[in-house]
Amino acid sequence: MGAPFAVAGCILAMSFGILAGEAGLTDVEAVIFSAIVFAGSAQFASVSIIAGGGGAGAAVAAATLMNSRFLPMSAAVGPSFSGGPLKRAAKGQTVVDASWALSSRGDGTFDEALLLGASAIAYFSWVTGTAVGAIWGDRLGDPDALGLDAIFPAFFFGLLLNELRSRRARGVAALGTALALALVPFTPAGVPVLVASLASLAGLTRRARAEVLERQEAEGEPR
Amino acid sequence: MSTAALTIAGCAVVTAAIKAAGPVALGGRELPTWFTSVVVLLSPALLAALVATQAFAEGDRLALDADTAGIAAGGLVIWRTESIVACVVAAAAVTALVRAL
Repeated sequence: MGAPFAVAGCILAMSFGILAGEAGLTDVEAVIFSAIVFAGSAQFASVSIIAGGGGAGAAVAAATLMNSRFLPMSAAVGPSFSGGPLKRAAKGQTVVDASWALSSRGDGTFDEALLLGASAIAYFSWVTGTAVGAIWGDRLGDPDALGLDAIFPAFFFGLLLNELRSRRARGVAALGTALALALVPFTPAGVPVLVASLASLAGLTRRARAEVLERQEAEGEPR
Repeated sequence: MSTAALTIAGCAVVTAAIKAAGPVALGGRELPTWFTSVVVLLSPALLAALVATQAFAEGDRLALDADTAGIAAGGLVIWRTESIVACVVAAAAVTALVRAL
């Protein structure tokens, strides 16, 4: 299930490698960035700030805001990880949007093996894709003319459609969209997406909680 | 250190801390129902906001651009074909095409 996402992720990583080169990063820097940070949206955000003439402080701040969504995401996946705190912290490093979304069982728990496997494939394609883009990307020409900046959001669109099975999920997606777009003119990049996560509080309604309980009982969970 | 090196180092530290926080604080616990119920809805909220801001935001203003058309095309393709690879290729192609017009 993770393989098509890894292929798309590889194309995404190539576009990152190309954009990083445009922003003045060396090939080696671009690859190291992907190898030790491994967080697409944060990398795109910080590189676009450097490309616009911003400093390291602004670039890291933007990346932090982008990555702030990993706080609720990693809190969500936390209880599904086995092992002691150090081991769980290490497993937490592997979480990326695609593997997180793919390994979600839809009942609030996550398939640990699927997450780690999907992340491993994603990591390999992310780092190799970055290297290919950084080293050979300049032969392709202007990344804007090739529409490479649309690859990243289209990739997330694909992940999103997997999530819209229930009517409540569709409502929450619409609310998250509205919140984010309303904040765009007033806040730095990253904040709109973080605030949009509040739309998930729709899960606190009595009906939403009752449905979760129902599903868990139907699946015979010990509770 | 150069701007790039500082940025990479800073991003690495911050990202590692954020990704470690949840599993360390909440590992091996039973989930209360309200927590589960919110978590299930977290990904539609976050993913929709990510897509919408990328599609419609140009810096701090909202705009319909070539990439808006490309992202819409990508969405259409994955909805009809369920192929993520075709989706990203279509998004790039349509964006490039609209820009070339």
